Amino acid sequence: MKNFAQLIKTLDSTNKTNIKVQALADYFSVASDKDKVWTIAILSHRRPPRPVNTTLLREWASELANIPLWLFEESYHIVGDLAETIALVVPSSKSSTEKTLTLFLEEMIALKKKSDEEKREYLFENWKVLDYYERFVFTKLITGGFRIGVSQKLMTRALAKATEIDEDILAYKLMGNWDPNQITFQELILEENESDYLSKPYPFYLAYAIEDKVHDLGDVSEWSAEHKWDGIRSQVILRNNEIFVWSRGEELVTDKYPEFESFIGAIPNGTAIDGEILPYPNGQIGTFNDLQTRIGRKTVSKALLEKVPVILKTYDLLEWQGEDIRSKPFVERRNLLENLFKNVCHAEPVEALVEKSLEIPLHLSETMHFDSWEEVSKERGRSREVHSEGLMLKRINSPYLVGRKKGDWWKWKVDPLTIDAVLTYAMRGHGRRSNLFTDYTFALWNENEEGEKELVTFAKAYSGLTDAEFRQVDNWIKKNTLERFGPVRSVTPHHVFEIAFEGIALSKRHKSGVATRFPRMLRWRKDKNIHEANSLSDLKEMIP
Amino acid sequence: MKKPILEFTDKGIYCSAAKVYIDPWKPVDKAIISHGHADHSRWGHKQYITHHRNVPIISHRLGEINVTGKEWGETFVINNVKFSLHPAGHIIGSSQIRVERKGEVWIFTGDYKSEDDGISTPFEPIKCHTFITECTFGLPAFKWTPQKEVFENINQWWVENKAEDKTSILFGYSLGKAQRLLKYLNTDIGKIYTHGAIENMTEILRPLADFPETTLITREIKKEELLGNIVLAPPSAHGSTWIRKMVPYVTASASGWMTFRGARRRRAIDKGFVLSDHCDWQGLLESIKATGAEKVICTHGYTEIFSRYLREQGYDARTEETQYEGELGELNASKEEPVEVN
Repeated sequence: MKNFAQLIKTLDSTNKTNIKVQALADYFSVASDKDKVWTIAILSHRRPPRPVNTTLLREWASELANIPLWLFEESYHIVGDLAETIALVVPSSKSSTEKTLTLFLEEMIALKKKSDEEKREYLFENWKVLDYYERFVFTKLITGGFRIGVSQKLMTRALAKATEIDEDILAYKLMGNWDPNQITFQELILEENESDYLSKPYPFYLAYAIEDKVHDLGDVSEWSAEHKWDGIRSQVILRNNEIFVWSRGEELVTDKYPEFESFIGAIPNGTAIDGEILPYPNGQIGTFNDLQTRIGRKTVSKALLEKVPVILKTYDLLEWQGEDIRSKPFVERRNLLENLFKNVCHAEPVEALVEKSLEIPLHLSETMHFDSWEEVSKERGRSREVHSEGLMLKRINSPYLVGRKKGDWWKWKVDPLTIDAVLTYAMRGHGRRSNLFTDYTFALWNENEEGEKELVTFAKAYSGLTDAEFRQVDNWIKKNTLERFGPVRSVTPHHVFEIAFEGIALSKRHKSGVATRFPRMLRWRKDKNIHEANSLSDLKEMIP
Repeated sequence: MKKPILEFTDKGIYCSAAKVYIDPWKPVDKAIISHGHADHSRWGHKQYITHHRNVPIISHRLGEINVTGKEWGETFVINNVKFSLHPAGHIIGSSQIRVERKGEVWIFTGDYKSEDDGISTPFEPIKCHTFITECTFGLPAFKWTPQKEVFENINQWWVENKAEDKTSILFGYSLGKAQRLLKYLNTDIGKIYTHGAIENMTEILRPLADFPETTLITREIKKEELLGNIVLAPPSAHGSTWIRKMVPYVTASASGWMTFRGARRRRAIDKGFVLSDHCDWQGLLESIKATGAEKVICTHGYTEIFSRYLREQGYDARTEETQYEGELGELNASKEEPVEVN
């Protein structure tokens, strides 16, 4: 545990990527194989299930710290991290432990089934003997993931450095479902084992936003354009008469989208498709808001399946006839994909489908070729009409790369919609924003039944300002608080911010009746007073 | 109802019987000043009364002022109200202000810490009926380690940076923290360089305490000369071109706020040392207990939370709005003139 706590401390105390990679590589070359597997699991968000709920953690921490629960809660709002708060308030110890990371995790897995009394005893015992930083790491292992600026990519790079195995191969090995409690380092990293690969997806290729003028991409004939659909980027795999649906977050979501079971038999084994899961209510592409009702549900009711069915809009083909074809040029992969699509959707329907009288929910994301960048730009202008976020530009001879890479793929989103709104509530942030009010609620003017103008909440936003601006707003909030509701404060309506967002739709779940997609602060409009902010009806006019 | 000894007005804390303000934030005729930080000693009063060790500090900061210096414990009477100054242990020359009228005693702490830092005259708890306290770090999350240990860590950090042939840059307020750091830096490791703001303030304080030698960073100093050595700079210099010209360097900040991981990461500082000139949670509670006060007024810091806790402990505690910033001021530290490095 000492090694691991030291590693986390080093990762947490530098902003420099090279130092992080070196610290990880050093750790991987000295740690035991079991600790290595657990470290990889933890840094790729594969924690064991939480053994103790946070309510109990809070109660017990305040008990051990000998402070009232409300004082613990207030401290937590300010510190902004539960494990950190616990590590800070419980009495300090100078001692340490020889227990390994693996032993701690095995204990935590066993702990889940134990009685509350046993859990309490286990926590007290460990909180008392660990030093501050180990206590923080220990509690963090119980409460949740480490947000210490180490992406899976960075960890993979360090692992490649320590094992001298190619980074892309490691990225592939680390994907999918594996249980750190069962697998050995040998099996996970070092061994070649084909049968493990049945469900394994390929790492997604991600695009950067275009920075310069689109003309700088050169000859337009070398580029293929398609709409950037606003759903869940996914990879659908068919192998051995089984289907696996992976989200971009490497989550296996097959059960959430039973529609795709109809692909089995229709799409041949040994196929991996890159695409976007899109809502398709009433036979047309819906908004992201429609899809929200499907995300997060493990079991889907029949009614919901009928109300918001989904389709797979296909972008690319990564595996065909059991062969990894990612290195083939984009046009060739697209040809194979389009042939597959024709065979599936226009050939004689397979028997099973006739029986179920289902249409296969497979759609093709059309590629477009233009003669000039002006035409491309014009097409981009149509994005909102067709419910896309903008365009994707792909070089026609590009291979399918791993992770976010510049050069061959670019996303060219539509400019966001914007509206001027009034700051009405604020909440303290987390992590590097602890103790700073950085999470804001914004309101627009609306006329109530008595004909009076009032402010109605429409969105929350917590990004888009510079650190200096956040400090300024934070300072102002602390001096202009009207009321406190736990971590939230209402403030005097005074400041106007220009809020940008990607999409907009009617919503019953929102007080304003409108849902906006990815709202953020574009500008602090110090030049405007609150009466110059927009109204809710201005916002509603933007709904396409 | 009789008037309280001290009232909170829009100009500052006021003793109407003596017509004197304590640490006022607007210009007044007569002001008793607890210590030299800008939020407590402001410009524009006609007369200043403070501890004599604070006189050179505020004279340096405020220029030509009419100021009277007092000894610790020396009683001075204004209109039958007895005043005296007692060590607060916050920085050199920092006082608690004791006010007594008809046998009733109030203490105003200004800023204070209970740990003896070896430079400031150590804090002395004074018996009183009403204790007006700061609570900058009035949360149970704040727990200081003894300074000896913190300075060992700071010196160790300097040694490590030197081994990598990098310049160590350590941030601290130019008045107070910088001298406390300076006092305990181990000059066997290397030379100590200073930013102009710190050099000037340290010069003022040299007659009052024993500090190691420092070298002001001027245009003539080459950055190669700094490698392996340490630079003391005010927090406002972080991110300035003055600093950027010193590459390769490693930065650290010494402050109570470094308790929070987020606070250090937000400032993009490589290393945080938890070192404060204010009381931690236990320090506040023990100091209050030692005064025997029944009434406590919290002026700045986590006042709402801290006073609620005190009420639960049986004190008659409340909060008052003031314009003191405590260490919160650090977050908005004003830019001081940077000095060019070649």
